[in-house]
Amino acid sequence: MDPGVVGTVAIAMIAGALRVSTPFLFVSLGECLTETSGRINLGNEGALVLGAMVAYATSYQTGNPWAGVAAAGVMGLLFGAAHGAICALPRVNDVAMGIAFMLAGTGTAFFFGKPYVQPSAPLLPTLPLGFWSDLPQVRSALAVSPLFFIGLAAAFVMHWVLRSTRMGLRVRIVGDSKDAALALGLPITRIRLVATSVGSGLAGIGGSFLSLSYPGSWNEGLSSGQGLMAVALVVFARWSPLACIGASLMFGAAGALGASLQAVGVTQGYYLSYAAPYVVTLAILIATVAPGRALRGMPGELSFGR
Amino acid sequence: MAPVDGAASVPIPALAAPAVSVVTDTTYPLRRALEAVFTPLAALVLATAAFSLFLIFLGKSPADFFDLLWTGAFGSTFSLQNTLQRASPLLLTALCVALPAQLGLVIIGGEGAVLLGGLAAAVVGVPMTDAPAIVTQLAMAVAGIAAGAIWIGATGALRAIRGVNETIASLVMAYIATALFNQLVEGVLRDPASLNKPSTYAIPDDAMMGPVPGTDLHPGIPIGIAACIAAWVLISRTSAGFASRVTGGNLRAAQLQGLPVVKLIILACALGGGCAGLAGMLEVAVVQGRANASLAAGYGYTGILIAFLARHNPIAIIPMAVLLGGVGAAGGLLQRRMDLPDASVLVLEGMIFVAILAGETIYGRIKWFQPRGTA
Repeated sequence: MDPGVVGTVAIAMIAGALRVSTPFLFVSLGECLTETSGRINLGNEGALVLGAMVAYATSYQTGNPWAGVAAAGVMGLLFGAAHGAICALPRVNDVAMGIAFMLAGTGTAFFFGKPYVQPSAPLLPTLPLGFWSDLPQVRSALAVSPLFFIGLAAAFVMHWVLRSTRMGLRVRIVGDSKDAALALGLPITRIRLVATSVGSGLAGIGGSFLSLSYPGSWNEGLSSGQGLMAVALVVFARWSPLACIGASLMFGAAGALGASLQAVGVTQGYYLSYAAPYVVTLAILIATVAPGRALRGMPGELSFGR
Repeated sequence: MAPVDGAASVPIPALAAPAVSVVTDTTYPLRRALEAVFTPLAALVLATAAFSLFLIFLGKSPADFFDLLWTGAFGSTFSLQNTLQRASPLLLTALCVALPAQLGLVIIGGEGAVLLGGLAAAVVGVPMTDAPAIVTQLAMAVAGIAAGAIWIGATGALRAIRGVNETIASLVMAYIATALFNQLVEGVLRDPASLNKPSTYAIPDDAMMGPVPGTDLHPGIPIGIAACIAAWVLISRTSAGFASRVTGGNLRAAQLQGLPVVKLIILACALGGGCAGLAGMLEVAVVQGRANASLAAGYGYTGILIAFLARHNPIAIIPMAVLLGGVGAAGGLLQRRMDLPDASVLVLEGMIFVAILAGETIYGRIKWFQPRGTA
């Protein structure tokens, strides 16, 4: 049975959305948490690449890919803690420091990752959700990584924590109004430090997906800037963890556009299609902000749109 | 809310000095200048020390590393030439960050302007086979500058008119520029003879820019230095520059004064983008001869680092660009002699960047540098 042209493109886009969205989901959740506490962390790109390298190396050394995922999370946590601690110093700009950490993180990952470009490490298993279909395309499209579902669960947990727990309320207060947090006697520095660390840890796990699931290898061109695009994605998701799921799926589908068109023989504009997610991001940024008025849902302490 | 930093930290002598140091404290301007030299220097030393520890931890000798770094960057005529060739585009891409930074903007998409500037220069230059070399070169420069200015200027316009965050917008625009560049170079503009490395057709041979007459100096060096000096004059000696620094210091105050903030932002971004576009044009006209993937060598990103190292002072960009050009030029030697991955240079750069930015925190903390004698 032939799925036809439209079917092939649709299947490829769904497959792309399910595959490519997972790192977006983790990084955007991490960025969302950090920004909810009133800070931007562009260094999540560094955490992502470092996480990818650490996960691959750990998986290769121990033979257990899940140990790699855990190691990537811990690495991201430590990386974020360093960013959070330095940004807590007065007069230090969190945006510029994020770029510095991005450079330091990717540099460190390339440095220590050199010996792991060649060997192949055990990868994460996938869940064969396409078992009901006879079509090999559908089967491979629906071979979903368990990390995707962990990401979904993380989004729901984060939504619940931020909305319905004392801890989440504190994070939101610190992010919305420093004055209110001071008046309540909340430990602003500590709360932001924890939010940045955990956010960066999530970005590290997102990186482990890149090296251990899809594309499933370690090399220096592994990340295409997902850590940076997460910032735009969070704007699109209006700082809501649940909306991050939809935003990530959409970015994943947009990223798969070129490959899926090529699969049906449309080769024109192949390279241009790489721009699709970025054009979407820019359009969203332009459409959602307006001068002189804060975005709905935006934490008040963000040095974002003056 | 604190204004976005970066430009806020650029010294604003005309605003800060006279208020306190009228008679009592004559050496304050000197001490303030010393503070601006001392702080990044201390950060540089700290980063070097941290990197040395990193090397010792790996069982490599830091002394060897910095010795080789020196040899590879400035040790011979060949390495010095290599260093200057790398420094030349960095002078211009750093201006792409430093000029908008006067207004408090953080533009990180210079890479896109470099690519499009180079591409535009090649598109204009390739068909001009009959024109005199100087005409072709000027036309290429104009095309490169225009492409970069439009690209970054558009980012500035989005910021000024629509309120889109310029850091993210410029980065996204850089990714779009990369896709556009690849599409055109691999598609309609591709020279079918370039098999392994898709490129545009080559510009006419006699339109290639040779070294500065009488020397072996890369022609981008005098152009880049002239651009830095011009930027310095613009920022510190003209009313537009003054208005920009006021805007960077306090946006609300600038608006209340009736300064043309929107125009200033677009102008600064367009000028910065023009510099980055010129860097791309020079890469095509001096080194590559055609536009191809070699243009995406990360000059735009290293420029960010240099601008921050220089604290967005165009004059300070000159030594910093040479320094970073040297670090880049030494990468190959380090790889061969010490068996270190070429990413070791990235690690060093990252450490320097973190230390310099963290060093912002000690500004105004050391009493000796501060104004004495309250009026």
